[in-house]
Amino acid sequence: MNLPYSIETPKRTNRVGSSNIPCWFVGILFLLAAPSAFAARIGDLSDTTVLEQAARFFMFQDPAVRMALIGCILLGICCGLLGTFIVVRQFALVGDTLAHAVLPGIALGYLWSLEKAPLPLFIGAVATGIVGAVIVSLIRQTTKTKRDSALGIVLGGFYGVGILLISMIQERYPRDVAGLKSFLFGSAAALNESDVWMIGIITVVSVVILVLFYGQFKVVSFDAIYARSIGISAQFFHYLLMLLLAWAVVAALQAVGVVLVSAMLIIPAATAYLLTDRLHWMLLLSTCFGILVAAVGAFLSFLGPNLPTGPFIVLTASAVFLLVFAFAPRHGLVSRWWRRLKQTRQITRENSLKAIYHLQEAEGFSEEWITIEKLSEQRHRSAEETQQEVTSLVKHGLVLREGNRLQFSPTGKSRAAEIVRNHRLWELYLTDRANIAPDHVHDDAEKIEHILGEETIRRMEESLNLPSVDPHGSQIPQVKKEVTS
Amino acid sequence: MAESDSKDPALEVHDLTVAYHKKPVLWGVDFEIPAGNLVGIVGPNGAGKSTLIKAAMGLLPLSNGWVEMFGEPLEENRHRIGYVPQREDIDWDFPVSVMDVVLMGRYGKLGLFKWPKKEDRLIAEESLAKVKMLPFANRQISNLSGGQQQRVFLARALAQESDMYFMDEPFAGVDAATEGAIIELLRDLKSKGKTVFVVHHDLSTVKEYFDWLILLNTRLVAHGPTDEVFTPEMLGKTYGGQLTVMTEVAEALARDDGLDATRRH
Repeated sequence: MNLPYSIETPKRTNRVGSSNIPCWFVGILFLLAAPSAFAARIGDLSDTTVLEQAARFFMFQDPAVRMALIGCILLGICCGLLGTFIVVRQFALVGDTLAHAVLPGIALGYLWSLEKAPLPLFIGAVATGIVGAVIVSLIRQTTKTKRDSALGIVLGGFYGVGILLISMIQERYPRDVAGLKSFLFGSAAALNESDVWMIGIITVVSVVILVLFYGQFKVVSFDAIYARSIGISAQFFHYLLMLLLAWAVVAALQAVGVVLVSAMLIIPAATAYLLTDRLHWMLLLSTCFGILVAAVGAFLSFLGPNLPTGPFIVLTASAVFLLVFAFAPRHGLVSRWWRRLKQTRQITRENSLKAIYHLQEAEGFSEEWITIEKLSEQRHRSAEETQQEVTSLVKHGLVLREGNRLQFSPTGKSRAAEIVRNHRLWELYLTDRANIAPDHVHDDAEKIEHILGEETIRRMEESLNLPSVDPHGSQIPQVKKEVTS
Repeated sequence: MAESDSKDPALEVHDLTVAYHKKPVLWGVDFEIPAGNLVGIVGPNGAGKSTLIKAAMGLLPLSNGWVEMFGEPLEENRHRIGYVPQREDIDWDFPVSVMDVVLMGRYGKLGLFKWPKKEDRLIAEESLAKVKMLPFANRQISNLSGGQQQRVFLARALAQESDMYFMDEPFAGVDAATEGAIIELLRDLKSKGKTVFVVHHDLSTVKEYFDWLILLNTRLVAHGPTDEVFTPEMLGKTYGGQLTVMTEVAEALARDDGLDATRRH
């Protein structure tokens, strides 16, 4: 009979499975790193080596470097914070749609002012961003189109219009084309002082609003209906968040580019989500990751001529995500695999201990020494495997070995008695309290014996009135704190 | 904390009509409930029980009628109402702990910038202790059983220290121990003069738990003290199937795009 539990730790909700990064997305990022032809050039250099470039970067003398770095760091903060709310509210596609919807606005802003000044571009971007959001709502309210399709429609449509406008501008005003195309894949080096000011203001405003209204954002994101019941307007805070998001998108555009802004919003936050269960920690970690990947990405894009910043930032972010995914202390793949391995090894050791106990019991505990041959018979293992098991047992201080025979160490004996007691007690409990037939209880007891805690044992013993025999008539060993050999 | 006004009824509902996609879900509901009672809201599936309490709390738009609490409109009294919703629509992976959730119940009492003080934490801890969930205060919410999750939401509403509570199927899908704990809490609330409205689905426990009843089936069938209202005749009217004429009219309304009978033309 198979009872509904397994020896492994209870299945926790798979944190990675519920993040918003599908594997193919990461693959596409690698492909996007290729078409770097649109990005502006970094500085005026040519033919310098990578090392020289790196040295130049770290000296921080070059104003272009300083601007790029400050801009990227501010961006990391802004996107990290907002990205957290995007990820926990499952708005990843919304971020992406906004990023693509601002493109026509940027083109129109340029057409209006005929120069690459931040303010008209900003206004244009926010305007079409808002129009895009409104259209998504309209589509959802008046048709049966669901949210993801409505977002996809606006994302594709606006992006198409934007590309068209930019191509038109390229025909008529080839002078500034490179600058406009930097909006597609990003170029931190193209950030001038006014750009960085704009990013700075947006970041500061976002931080202030998020800190001041943290409680409201939290409750509205978690349970909007409850928020309304206590008088907090879920709609207001939702739209406020969307506005902050639109600003963050515009701020990130220059450095990361339209195509990859949403990755900048999502990946640092998703990485933070792997490491913590609490919102404030997630915000903090997400911000730190944002700063880290933005700075590293900016540095990498500085190392050679004509390298776009966006793909490097996003690749760094993906690399960090993969590292955390593998090695996160609790949920990481490698951590889980390692824990499982250690657990399996412990169970094997304990089964060996049990086998030794049974061998001793069969002789009425008259002989303490057991030959390795007998053990391998009992365990149905080859001589070689048994030798390895014994070595492992000796290493863990559970068994003492002399040539080809072995006996318990005090610790080993105590643990063996515990396991056997657990097994037999559990069998008795199942037959006595759960009305399960005696010949069905053995297999489950085989699994359960390793994980019963002392408190559960005590309660079972009480409930069964301190029994001394199991359903098959074997003695239930009494385990005391000190071991008597 | 303000005492419930003994002259005004705790909840007064007048000619309440609520429509969903132009189809009336609640039709012309009228009642007054005095304060200090445990009120069960009972009816078949789709009778509009959840709709009634959501509409009473202003979470749904009213097509007709009005609602008053303690003799005043709802918005004046938001701080006196506690709400325990149904459990379903929450994202259980949201990174909040049990204590975080219960503290949200204090937000109605905090100023514009919701920074809980020590006093609020103490009240939250007391509420958790009342539902026997204090040991779980630092756990993330997905690590709880269904009954435990329900108790956390109950604690959140208790932390609001309200005079009137609305609970939507608090006993649904919980274990016997939790059910016992909840009913004990409700009786404790009543002894303090609070009014509690509970949407309830289990007829076998209605007489034992509630002293007032609202029998609902899209329209109000009956309301009043349990002894008077919980009779075979009334139950027959409540559960004996929708009035077919009403169903037909409601469907005709929903089909006809031009006419919205829930508004006065």
